[in-house]
Amino acid sequence: MNEFINIGWTKDEIAKKIAYEFPHGSYVNLGIGMPELVSKFVDESKEIIYHSENGLLGMGPPAKENELDYELINAGKKPVTILPGGSYCHHADSFSMIRGGHIDYCVLGAMEVSEGGDLANWTTGKGIPAVGGAMDLVVGAKNVFVMSQHTTKDGSPKFLKNCSLPLTGKSVVTRVYSNLAILDVTPDGFKLKEMYEKIDFDFLQKATEAKIISN
Amino acid sequence: MKINKLFNSVNDVMSDVFDGAVIMLGGFGEAGSPVELIHGLIDTKCKELTIIANNAGNGKIGLGALIGENQVKKVICSFARSPKSITFKELYENNKIELEVVPQGTLAERIRSAGAGIPGFYTQTSVGTPLAEGKEIKIFNGKEYVLEKSLKADFALIKAETSDRYGNLTYNKTARNFNPIMCMAANQTIVQVKRIEKEENTDPEKIITPGIFVNKVTIVNNPIIESIAIDNGETYP
Repeated sequence: MNEFINIGWTKDEIAKKIAYEFPHGSYVNLGIGMPELVSKFVDESKEIIYHSENGLLGMGPPAKENELDYELINAGKKPVTILPGGSYCHHADSFSMIRGGHIDYCVLGAMEVSEGGDLANWTTGKGIPAVGGAMDLVVGAKNVFVMSQHTTKDGSPKFLKNCSLPLTGKSVVTRVYSNLAILDVTPDGFKLKEMYEKIDFDFLQKATEAKIISN
Repeated sequence: MKINKLFNSVNDVMSDVFDGAVIMLGGFGEAGSPVELIHGLIDTKCKELTIIANNAGNGKIGLGALIGENQVKKVICSFARSPKSITFKELYENNKIELEVVPQGTLAERIRSAGAGIPGFYTQTSVGTPLAEGKEIKIFNGKEYVLEKSLKADFALIKAETSDRYGNLTYNKTARNFNPIMCMAANQTIVQVKRIEKEENTDPEKIITPGIFVNKVTIVNNPIIESIAIDNGETYP
C-alpha cells in the first residue's frame, strides 16, 4: 500500500460525481468494473439512458433474485433489467450506436493515461489478450471519461507523459476521474478541474508523472 | 411442395460439417449461445476448425467443451479471457491454439459486411494500437482509418427463440447479439430454437432474421443454461 491509495474520494463518491455530470437526456455506456458503480447514482432531475454494447439500450439496475434472466445480461455478462423506453438490437446495430458517434459519454477503467489523451486499458502484454468493445468505445463516444485510482497499488503513477503499455486508443480521453482529482485532457496536457479537499497541489503532482496545469 | 426448413434432431442438422471448416457461433457469453448445436458439432468429431465467436468458452460445456476436445485450431474473438475459462486458457498457454483478437465492434462489422457482400471497410477503431499493425491506413477528412476485411464462414450455429417452416426467426432479449448478423455471413446457417411458431407463419413485423438467411432449423425446447450447468459440475461429452 502507498500514500496515494488510501486517501481521497471513495469509489462511490467518484461514481456519484460522474453520474451527476451527464446532461439530461444523455446516452451513456459504462465499462465493466469500477465504472459500473456510476449507475447506482441517479440525479432525479434528469433522465439518462444507459447502453450496454451487447444489444441493450435503456439498461436498468442489476436483476434481483426473482428477476434473474440469463438472456438479459449486460456487457459484464451479469443479469440486469431493462427500463421503460428500452430496446434490444443485434451487435452490428449496437456497435453502430458506438462507432457512429451516437453515444454521448463512455466511462472506462484505465491502466495508463497519457497527457495527450492516449489510453492503455486492455492488456499488460502478458496472459490472454482480450479487448472487448474498448477500442470501439474510445473512438466512437463523444466524450471518453476514465475512472481510476490515481496510482497503481504499489504507488506508481498511472497518469503519464507517455503510456508504456499497448494502447487502446490514441488521443481519445476527454477527462479522468480519480480518488485524488478530476483532470481534463487539454491540448496543453492535464488540467486540474477539481482536487480532493484534504490534499494540496504538490501532493497531487507527486502522484502524477505528467505535469498538471493548475489554476 | 412446401418449403420446410425444420429438421427432427441436432444430428440431422449437423450432417454437412467437415474437417477444417470455419464456423461462427452466436452468443455473447452464455446468452444466445447455441450450446446443443455445439455439442452436436463435438459429436461429428470434425477437427481443425476455425471458430468465430465473441468469447472462447467457459467450463467444459458448449464452446469450452469443443475446445477441450481439441477440435479447434484457431479462435477469432474479442474477449477470450474469463474467470471460468479452462480449456482455451490451457491450450493457449501451451501454444496449442491460435487466437486472433478483434475489437468487438470490428468483429460485428466484419461479420455484417460479409453478409452484405462488402469485402472490407475502413474504421477508426484500433488505429494507433497493436491491432492495427500491418494493416492499410487511409486518411478521410484528416483522420486515420484502418482497413478491415470481412469475415465469412462455412457454417453459422445460431440460437433463436422461434422459427416457422420458412426459417423466419425471432430472438429473446439480449440473446439476440451476434446471431442475426452471423445468419447472414455463412454458407449454411443452422439454428436451434426453443419453439416453433404456432401459426403457419410468423407475424412479418416480429421477424428479426428473414428466412432467406437460414438453412436448417431444429427444436431444443429446454436448452442448457451454461452458467448453471457449469456450477453443477456438468461437462460434455
